[in-house]
Amino acid sequence: MSNEFYQLSVNGVAHEVRDAWAGESLLYVLRERLGLPGTKGACEQGECGSCTVLMDGEAVCACLVMAATAVEAEITTVEGLSSDGEPTDVQQAFVDAGGVQCGFCTPGLVVAVHHLLERTANPSELQIKEAISGNICRCTGYGRIFAAVKQARDNRLAM
Amino acid sequence: MTVINATTIDQVVSALREYPQARLVQGGTDVMVEVNLNRARVHDVISLRRVNELRRWHVDEESGTVRIGAGVPYAEMERAPLCLHVPALGEAARTVGAPQIRATGSLGGNLGTCSPAGDGLPVLSALDAVVHLRSADDARDVVVHDFMLGVKQNAKRADEVIVAITVPLLVGFQGYAKVGMRNAMVISAASACLVHDADNGNVRLAFGAVAPTIVRARAAEAWLAERVSLRNSLTLDGAIAREFGQLAAKECAPIDDHRSTADYRRHAVAVLAERLLLRAAEQQGRDE
Repeated sequence: MSNEFYQLSVNGVAHEVRDAWAGESLLYVLRERLGLPGTKGACEQGECGSCTVLMDGEAVCACLVMAATAVEAEITTVEGLSSDGEPTDVQQAFVDAGGVQCGFCTPGLVVAVHHLLERTANPSELQIKEAISGNICRCTGYGRIFAAVKQARDNRLAM
Repeated sequence: MTVINATTIDQVVSALREYPQARLVQGGTDVMVEVNLNRARVHDVISLRRVNELRRWHVDEESGTVRIGAGVPYAEMERAPLCLHVPALGEAARTVGAPQIRATGSLGGNLGTCSPAGDGLPVLSALDAVVHLRSADDARDVVVHDFMLGVKQNAKRADEVIVAITVPLLVGFQGYAKVGMRNAMVISAASACLVHDADNGNVRLAFGAVAPTIVRARAAEAWLAERVSLRNSLTLDGAIAREFGQLAAKECAPIDDHRSTADYRRHAVAVLAERLLLRAAEQQGRDE
């Protein structure tokens, strides 16, 4: 493939990326070229998890994915989690439990928690900690984030 | 500037012939850190992400080995059934970065980057793994000890791609331990893998992050074999384990850097080796 342009499938929509440099990260392309700023960027080295997106169903750091190699993958960003513009159950649980302070880490955490609950319907405390061990929050001390995840988990189990 | 999204190994090696300077990228978790922090510019790229042949692994009962595709992600190594076949690899995989890194990081990437702190590498060293390489002209197998040459240096030619790694299926304890600043998301300040090959009667010990590349503590291994019966048994006292760790630490050549100091690393590997050997003896005791 010559990379004069390439296609990315994001939240079910095919996007053409033109005149891009091969080294651009998926994070950069999502935010700066495709107008999807929900995914946040901070460390640019896979340490903080604020850029977590789903790629073919796996939670990955968008900053560490070379965008031009993500062709033919289905990418889901935080914007794509809800189809009707309403908060998802996980987002609502973050609001209800007070799991959001400055909010910068929240999109990455929300994506990581959706990934966890899709795989593991009834995660233990340890599984929750493990699942979000790559998502750094500097405000909350994590207590209310854990509470939000447990609330989302319990709500789904009760359904 | 070209990005080739290959789907077969044949496509990869013919692309390497056409673009000998191309950067091979599997998950991207090493390459993109360099690129994002402006330590590397990429020009031509051959992506291995969609090469399904690299994502497979299988057990060969006849030869008693497991062949693991170079692109199999750590997330798969840490889970059953693969972690049951190669327990030390499962333990090491579980300590790599975060779940987001383990979803795409691979042994091929670990070997390709060849950092002395690569978490998979002490395991491959302790298991005497074989690295399988392919080019458009030939295929060759290189023992991992001859493959890892120094800090971010390996024996792979520019026209070659790492396709798989073969490790033996062994009876006996295998373990991996590492020391870093915290539990999750940490690059090793020092690491160790110990393997007890009960059928052949030996204990193998490898260290990471304490020399320009992975170190095998062969003198300590030989010292232990002279003192303790290792064939289908492993009974020892704490003093032997302690001395084993201290002897092994002498085979390292650590440095001071931003992650740790040489003195601490020497101390840490002695403790890790002692602990792993005690765990091996405990497990052997339970199995008997």
